[in-house]
Amino acid sequence: MKHRSLLLKLLSALLVFGAWEIAGRIPVSFAFPTFLESMQALLAMTLDGRIFVAYAETLKPLVVGIVISAVFGISLGLWTGLSQRFDWLFSPVFIVMQAAPLAALIPLLVMAYGIGLTSKVFVVCIMAMPVIVLNTSGAVRNTPSSIKEMATSFLARDRDVILKIIIPAASPVIFSGLRLGISAGFIGAILAELKITPTGVGDIITYSRSIADYPSMYAAIFSIIALAVVFLNLLERFENFLFAGNNRGYASD
Amino acid sequence: MAMHQIEKSYDNLQVVVPPADVAQSAVSVRNVSKGYGNVEALRDLSLEFPRGQLTSLLGPSGCGKTTLLKIIAGLLKADSGDVEVNGVKVAGPGPDRAFVFQDFALLPWANVMRNVAFGLELRGIAKSEREAIAEKYIKNVGLAGFERSYPHELSGGMRQRVGLARALSVDAQVLLLDEPFSAVDEQNRRKFQEDMLELVQKEKKTFIFVTHSIEEAVYVSDQIAVLLPRPSRVSEVIRPTSFRHKDAANIRRDPEYLDIIDRIWASLRNYVE
Amino acid sequence: MSSLVIWALLWEIIGRMDLTFFIPPLSHVIVTLFDIIGTPAFLKALSETGYAFFGGVVASIVIGIPVGILIGKSRLLDEMILPWVNIFLSAPLTALVPVLMVLFGFGMTSIIITTTLFAIWIIILNTRAGVMQINRSMIEMARSFGAKPLEAFFKIYFWAALPEILGGVRIGVIRAVKGVIIGQLLISIVGFGALFELYSSNFLMTHFWAVLVVLFAMAFSISEVLAYLERRVAYYAAKR
Ligand SMILES: Nc1ncnc2c1ncn2[C@@H]1O[C@H](COP(=O)(O)OP(=O)(O)OP(=O)(O)O)[C@@H](O)[C@H]1O
Ligand SMILES: [Mg+2]
Repeated sequence: MKHRSLLLKLLSALLVFGAWEIAGRIPVSFAFPTFLESMQALLAMTLDGRIFVAYAETLKPLVVGIVISAVFGISLGLWTGLSQRFDWLFSPVFIVMQAAPLAALIPLLVMAYGIGLTSKVFVVCIMAMPVIVLNTSGAVRNTPSSIKEMATSFLARDRDVILKIIIPAASPVIFSGLRLGISAGFIGAILAELKITPTGVGDIITYSRSIADYPSMYAAIFSIIALAVVFLNLLERFENFLFAGNNRGYASD
Repeated sequence: MAMHQIEKSYDNLQVVVPPADVAQSAVSVRNVSKGYGNVEALRDLSLEFPRGQLTSLLGPSGCGKTTLLKIIAGLLKADSGDVEVNGVKVAGPGPDRAFVFQDFALLPWANVMRNVAFGLELRGIAKSEREAIAEKYIKNVGLAGFERSYPHELSGGMRQRVGLARALSVDAQVLLLDEPFSAVDEQNRRKFQEDMLELVQKEKKTFIFVTHSIEEAVYVSDQIAVLLPRPSRVSEVIRPTSFRHKDAANIRRDPEYLDIIDRIWASLRNYVE
Repeated sequence: MSSLVIWALLWEIIGRMDLTFFIPPLSHVIVTLFDIIGTPAFLKALSETGYAFFGGVVASIVIGIPVGILIGKSRLLDEMILPWVNIFLSAPLTALVPVLMVLFGFGMTSIIITTTLFAIWIIILNTRAGVMQINRSMIEMARSFGAKPLEAFFKIYFWAALPEILGGVRIGVIRAVKGVIIGQLLISIVGFGALFELYSSNFLMTHFWAVLVVLFAMAFSISEVLAYLERRVAYYAAKR
């Protein structure tokens, strides 16, 4: 039964999209197009290239924001994980940020930085950064002390301990923090486009809604969710491949 | 005060007081005390480890054997007292000592080859050279063919042997072995015991060996230190004399061998009760 | 946590230096906070937000835990539903808010559903994980004593999986806080969303910050209280 799992996945997709189709045909609401209509709209958008233009726009703040968050987040995380003083100083801030609904800062960001790219990049950063920092510092702090001690006994200098023990030991957790950060970044990017100014995919969603072109609206939403899910899934696969050994946990006793 | 305990003697056993001569000692531990918070692990412990000999540490679980080994390795600082290796005071880890960890401490992301060569890697030895050395010790501990395996793909005993090979490959004068054979099967254990004796004899290495097996300790040791439960001090030091030169089968039947085992068991049993 | 005092001090200093209009001194914010905290507008926003938040949390717990137990027990359902749970767990749910708006209107319902969507998936996933780690022998024990399915459901599965379930609820609730605010920002005629709109369009910076401080403090307290409860209950997690 090797294909059982795949078969069931297909079946469940069929059920869900079928239910969507039927609900659209009843219709449950004037604003609920069928699955096929939505897919047709998606195909049309793809063929006339509109969707690519939109994504070029949407991905800009997302990519810039993620890169900034990754670089700053990982450095800050390493720093707080390695130094108790910085841990004391910075960790509470990020713990509060992680729990807090930072989206509430958006109106403020708009007032301060206008409605352009800067604000949107900021939105992605505030959504993505806390989890990256916290995962990194937590992973660094949780490096098993037995292997740090082992390295020290074999004369590792501080630099060796960081590069050869702490970073490899922490990298699976850092990487999954990055993945969670990217996931939050997607939320931020869409939020920015819907809340600040409609551009890119957000523009397609908002515009189609205003002219009651619901199939196009659903198509755009479907495409961004599919993109995020596929991308994050690939990232997770890559992660599993990269850290195949680490994932089995620490080999001791 | 510790000296008095060492001098405790038995009539029909030859208990020799270790020579206080520093030049003869590879490692000297003097009046070391160590506590963790309000747990007092070692109190005023003194012990000499003669060069080119194997000393076993025997004692109840939690008495501070690992702690003592880590202090000698320079991984922990003693609260008071000091440790000398080859007449030099220990301030931290050094190339003259190698450690085999009780919990193996392997790098889960590195294969057997890299794990074994890790000590050499940290010493900046070129890759080809260190892998050649590691190769030899991997074969030595019976792991040939597993060079590219990762720790999670090995059994407990195999992992332990990786840790052993790693310590052997840095060619340190003093080897600190914390229950190195606890997970190893009986055949391999016996082989390693022989190998260890050979290393002691041929290369004049100094071994400090922690074990829970009285038989093993008596079988391999030039000197056995029995530790008291926490706070740990040396209760007695026993130096078997008459059966060292015999072969394996005969040692295990030797009256002195059996006698020492009984003695140690009798004194350890006191603490269990 | 003591370092937050330093950050508060830094905030005060930056505010007093008048570097930017957007960062008023913390002391002014605190004073404003006490001014507005009793006003009808604030209380209305708070109660609306609380209503949507609790509605969403209750819905996701009431739906999430049984679904989690169900898919944890049935391999068939697991294979069919788990992919969707994972999809929605990582999907940018903000994109779904416009759909909710056209389907359910610009009101409370949409916000409650948004909140639920943010919270429910992790609750399902954790409950499932909790159920899956339950010892077979415990289930067989219940069977051998003649437990009926529904009884087993509530007496065995729920309790045996409780530590994981609580972990899921804690994360779910934190996500719900974010969800309710995001929902209100996008559907900005209710709750704090409306308040933010009002303050930012009138450039009432201290008011804005005062609301933010209250909001962040509440979110943080909720997450700490839940973490504390989880620790209290999880003591038996290791002993199962
Ligand atoms: N890092 C630590 N923090 C606090 N207490 C410790 C620590 N390490 C060891 N101890 C305590 O010190 C005592 C001695 O520990 P140690 O590991 O040296 O014992 P041991 O003789 O090696 O035991 P075993 O034979 O079980 O390995 C124990 O009672 C333990 O509780
Ligand atoms: Mg020990």
